[in-house]
Amino acid sequence: MIAEAGLAALWLAFALALLQFCLALAGNRLGDLKTLVAPVAVAQGLLTLLAFVLLIWLFVRTDTSVELVAANSHSAKPFIYRFSGTWGNHEGSMLLWVTVLSAAGALLALIERRLPEASLRATLGAQALLALGFFSFLLIASNPFTRLDPAPPQGQGLNPLLQDPGLAFHPPTLYLGYVGLSVAFSLAVGALLTREVGPAMARAMRPWVLGAWVLLTIGIVAGSYWAYYELGWGGWWFWDPVENASLMPWLAATALLHSINVLAARGSLRAWTVMLAVVAFSMSMIGTFLVRSGILTSVHSFAVDPTRGSFILGLLIFYTGGALLLFALRIASVREGARFDPVSREGALVANNLILSVILGTVFVGTLYPVAVEAVSGEKISVGPPYFNAVTGPLVLILAALLFIGPLLRWRKDSRPNLRRIAGPALVTVAAFGLTFLDPAMGILPRLGLAFAAGLATASFLPLAGRDLRRTPLTIWGMVISHLGIAVAMAGAASDAAFTRETLAAARPGQVLGVGPWQVRFNGVDPVPGPNWTAIEGHLVATRGGTSIRLDPQSRYFSSPATETNEAAIATRWNGQLYTVIGHREGDRWQLRLWWKPFVTLIWLGGALIALGGLLAMIGRLRRERGRPLPVSGAAV
Amino acid sequence: MTLAPKHQRLVLVLLAVTALIGAVLLAMWGLADRAAYFRTPQDVTAGRAEVGVPLRLGGMVKAGSIKRQPDGVSVAFVMTDGVGEVPVRFTGIVPDLFKENSGAVAEGQLQPGGTFVADNILAKHDERYMPPQMGNQAAEMMTWETVK
Repeated sequence: MIAEAGLAALWLAFALALLQFCLALAGNRLGDLKTLVAPVAVAQGLLTLLAFVLLIWLFVRTDTSVELVAANSHSAKPFIYRFSGTWGNHEGSMLLWVTVLSAAGALLALIERRLPEASLRATLGAQALLALGFFSFLLIASNPFTRLDPAPPQGQGLNPLLQDPGLAFHPPTLYLGYVGLSVAFSLAVGALLTREVGPAMARAMRPWVLGAWVLLTIGIVAGSYWAYYELGWGGWWFWDPVENASLMPWLAATALLHSINVLAARGSLRAWTVMLAVVAFSMSMIGTFLVRSGILTSVHSFAVDPTRGSFILGLLIFYTGGALLLFALRIASVREGARFDPVSREGALVANNLILSVILGTVFVGTLYPVAVEAVSGEKISVGPPYFNAVTGPLVLILAALLFIGPLLRWRKDSRPNLRRIAGPALVTVAAFGLTFLDPAMGILPRLGLAFAAGLATASFLPLAGRDLRRTPLTIWGMVISHLGIAVAMAGAASDAAFTRETLAAARPGQVLGVGPWQVRFNGVDPVPGPNWTAIEGHLVATRGGTSIRLDPQSRYFSSPATETNEAAIATRWNGQLYTVIGHREGDRWQLRLWWKPFVTLIWLGGALIALGGLLAMIGRLRRERGRPLPVSGAAV
Repeated sequence: MTLAPKHQRLVLVLLAVTALIGAVLLAMWGLADRAAYFRTPQDVTAGRAEVGVPLRLGGMVKAGSIKRQPDGVSVAFVMTDGVGEVPVRFTGIVPDLFKENSGAVAEGQLQPGGTFVADNILAKHDERYMPPQMGNQAAEMMTWETVK
């Protein structure tokens, strides 16, 4: 019955989305009925949520009479993975996607009070149209509630790589981010329809973009750390198409977040902001398409099905194409923004947007080029890290350089004296660059990365200079902390590239290996049983100075489905991580791979700071703007 | 030098178009140099693979060719696609699914002597990225094996 109830809830939600769209479309002609749009949006959100909760229930109970559960779960799995298994598959993850989409629409209907009524209604109509497409996709092409008769006695189990607490919550975080951008998209469409593109739209959009951006940041950082410790290869970014699929909306959202500030504060960059809102959500859909279509082969595209791929591609073309057409028709009537000088806060933010767009463009082309070439010529090619590193590396350094100056500039117009304040950070950069020559073997990119990181870390605090710190708005703190986070992450990436030491050997029990400042003694191996796997566990004791640490890396064997995985053992110290992996047996020896990675943790610490900054800015905005009167729509500030 | 609003909008549009064209040109420059990233053994024996640049070499591990080295962590094998054969050397822990007669991708550089030195090996169903062409490659190889 639970499965049938879930399916019924989905159909009802679909019908309500259709109603919501029609009500919004009819608008003023309906008289008082038009006020029903918001309650319908809330009901639609709740019903979708109910369907998702019912699917979770089926997974937790391992109800194998449901095809999806039988194919992806097993009652012997720990509770947490039976729970997270709900979205560890194609149908479940698409249901999660739609749930977040509907819930975001419902939340918008509940809390948004400052937009003109007609704009909000048009926005909810756009959100309903988005939901309709994805409901159809679920109900027609990927019904998660399909029954299986006869029910097998046991399910097949979840891909062991997905059995990791980090990964269990990685997709929901990313989805919340992706779909948060849908609200920005709908707000832009609503504003275009009602010709209300202005600061009010920007202020309504800002918390959603900030929230989506924070979640995307967390998702990307967590995904990077997951790949780093779970895959056992010691790398933190692979330019895998699926990683790019989450990076692209992040880049667009980062640009959007900065241009929204210009629009909200100064009334400028109207068309640009609307365009970015459309692009950002389109990138989310492209991400979903890439991951779900199986067009790119990767561990993440566990559901390879061309029909579903074409369905999502159809939705993508419909929504993006429709929004761009609307943009083309309406943009000429959007009012012009306030003027600004090239050397001003606006100017710096435009430059930031342009560089981010160029980075986005190159990542986009690199990710989709193989698909395009294959479609046109049938030839198969592959684009990898050499391309992405070469084209994005220098652009990121330019962006970092811009970060020195931008936050110090005043709105509208600025003059030279203000720029003198960057002398300090510039000096720090040059000094740090000089210091890197203490290690003559370092490559040029790590050298520049470390130097810029030092300078940027100093520069990021300058906006606080001369302020009363207790009365500094949270939004300023948010910016300072996010920008500092970029410096910290850069320092981590550069020092990982420059200082990592590796030892690879086949060792006999009792043997001692050196890596960086550590002496690692191999004490032998033991078999270890797990809940649904067995493992060989290596015993290592690492010593440096007077301290010693135990490390027990495992090589795990899963029986259902049959797979082997590596569980690296990682010891974290303030100045780096010791990373150990056990490999295969070679006679009486065991392969061991040891890395000493100085300050590698700064990469993720920096990422966390970036997200924290976004969160503070969001809280600051929500607090500051509550109860503040609306500016006259479209007025130049 | 504050511009008139009309001009300012024009300048912004021009900048955006320039950025877009810049991105595409930059991407094309990068791709022209580095997109020929995936090579088959046939490409290598026919001289269509550059020496000393990062490449992915994809094919099947030739039966009977895996030779483990005395140091316990190095391995030498031959990568084949039924037409060309390339000797590969690798130092590191090979993936669990790395076997003879099964698909693999070696990431590394071709040496002047014709040996491919890999710094990374991906096996079919490896947890890391596998270029899409491996699917077909393996299928073609199987057909070739059965025909032979």
